[in-house]
Amino acid sequence: MIKIVNIHKSFCENVVFKGVDLEIKDGETITIIGGSGCGKSVLIKHIVGLLKPDSGEIYVDNEEITKLDEDKLFEVQKKFGFLFQSAALFDSLNVKENVAFGLRNLKIMSEHDISEKVKECLSRIGLEGIENMKPSELSGGMKKRVALARAIATGPKYIFYDEPTTGIDPIMADVINDLIIHLQKTLAVTSIVVTHDMTSAYKISNHIAMLYDGKIIGEGTPSEFKKTENMYIKQFTTGSSVGPIKMKVR
Amino acid sequence: MKIFWLIGEKFLKLSEELGCAYKMFMQILHTFLTGKYDKENTTYQMVLIGVKSIPVILLTSAFTGMVLALQTAYSTRNIFNEPIYIGSVVGFSIVKELGPVLTAVVLAGRVGAAIASELGTMKVTEQIDALYTLGTNPIRYLAVPRFISMVIMVPILTIFADIVGIIGGFFVSVYKLGIAPVVYQNDILDYMRTEDLFHGLIKSVFFALIIVTTACYKGFTCEGGAEGVGRSTTQTVVISMVMILVSDYFLTALLVMFGVG
Repeated sequence: MIKIVNIHKSFCENVVFKGVDLEIKDGETITIIGGSGCGKSVLIKHIVGLLKPDSGEIYVDNEEITKLDEDKLFEVQKKFGFLFQSAALFDSLNVKENVAFGLRNLKIMSEHDISEKVKECLSRIGLEGIENMKPSELSGGMKKRVALARAIATGPKYIFYDEPTTGIDPIMADVINDLIIHLQKTLAVTSIVVTHDMTSAYKISNHIAMLYDGKIIGEGTPSEFKKTENMYIKQFTTGSSVGPIKMKVR
Repeated sequence: MKIFWLIGEKFLKLSEELGCAYKMFMQILHTFLTGKYDKENTTYQMVLIGVKSIPVILLTSAFTGMVLALQTAYSTRNIFNEPIYIGSVVGFSIVKELGPVLTAVVLAGRVGAAIASELGTMKVTEQIDALYTLGTNPIRYLAVPRFISMVIMVPILTIFADIVGIIGGFFVSVYKLGIAPVVYQNDILDYMRTEDLFHGLIKSVFFALIIVTTACYKGFTCEGGAEGVGRSTTQTVVISMVMILVSDYFLTALLVMFGVG
């Protein structure tokens, strides 16, 4: 279980979090929604320890991680798999080396076993036989899927998806959605997804939370979100420019 | 009043950057001393930084030695009516100054820029964050191999530059100016000492530290997409070159004070 308690964060003058509280139960798929630049990606980067809050606590399986030293944090990070918005594949390595990267670091498998594991992960995401290709030879959708294979290779307990469907066509976006659901069912992982794509959010989640103005302003199931009377959530989920959320056009 | 505020702000920002760069240098040094670094990547970086820089270093140092011999000959001919002490001037200038400084300046442009742009691109495309999430410390995996390669390869390249520069001067002296080979050789061996060679090599190690620390710091702190990568790369080259030339004066004064060269 992951528990975020009253975290505050500012970047110079820009206040991002004004007391965020959130609880993520084991085995669920939670989607954090919110407008561009509201801090969704910053929130999951706090959970995995890439960023530190100015104040507040983050518990991963009852262990407070914000004050851990580097070595202890690396131990906690072994529980995480992270799919970055830009895929973040290592340009200098081929697909096999990218997927095997985390496994080689763990030093618990022989090279033969690593090769087998890479094949298994690539097969799970439907991309067999591309082990020797470089990231520059892959399409946007393929890069995201390879990044997903890399994220699941080490058998993480929690998988974080940062805008998994952004920048790819709607059909490939649906393929990614199906993959997230498939991995959730077959690997029994806890998935934390950040997106502003409501089609994706409704399809993959069993829990949704909305981040607005530095706080979580609402939580619930997809059906509860569809019927909500909260004007902020309603405006966001229906994608209307009319409502309490004002966008700066100029 | 506003001018003081602006100067103060710039000064604070510079102090903060220097502090962060120093902190990164200490992290690199600490990781290196604990032996936690990627050995395979270190070998690869040595080839990339050292072996692949050999042609450009040899070319620049050969022509520097040649032009130095030519200029010395013209100058001494004007004063003494004949070209004298060419070997000594070429030898001292190359070994103590031009060898280490030119090698460092060329490497700041070739290697410093490459390190900053590679790490900067990795930063803006979230590859450095990905390393963290895959249980790898980027300092250990990216910075330390480059640090070790620079500290080893820059002095080696400086020795190559010294040798080729002196040979360049030799060819101009013998085949263009008509000086006997033994005279050029004696000019070097009679006056130069081993300390003069160490003088240049010690400086080259400091220059390597300047280049690699600046490049890694600018790469790891790069922000703002392609424009940010370009800015970090330019800043790395400019800062490294200026620091090499400024520190050269102080290092020379210090080494002479301690009797090294």
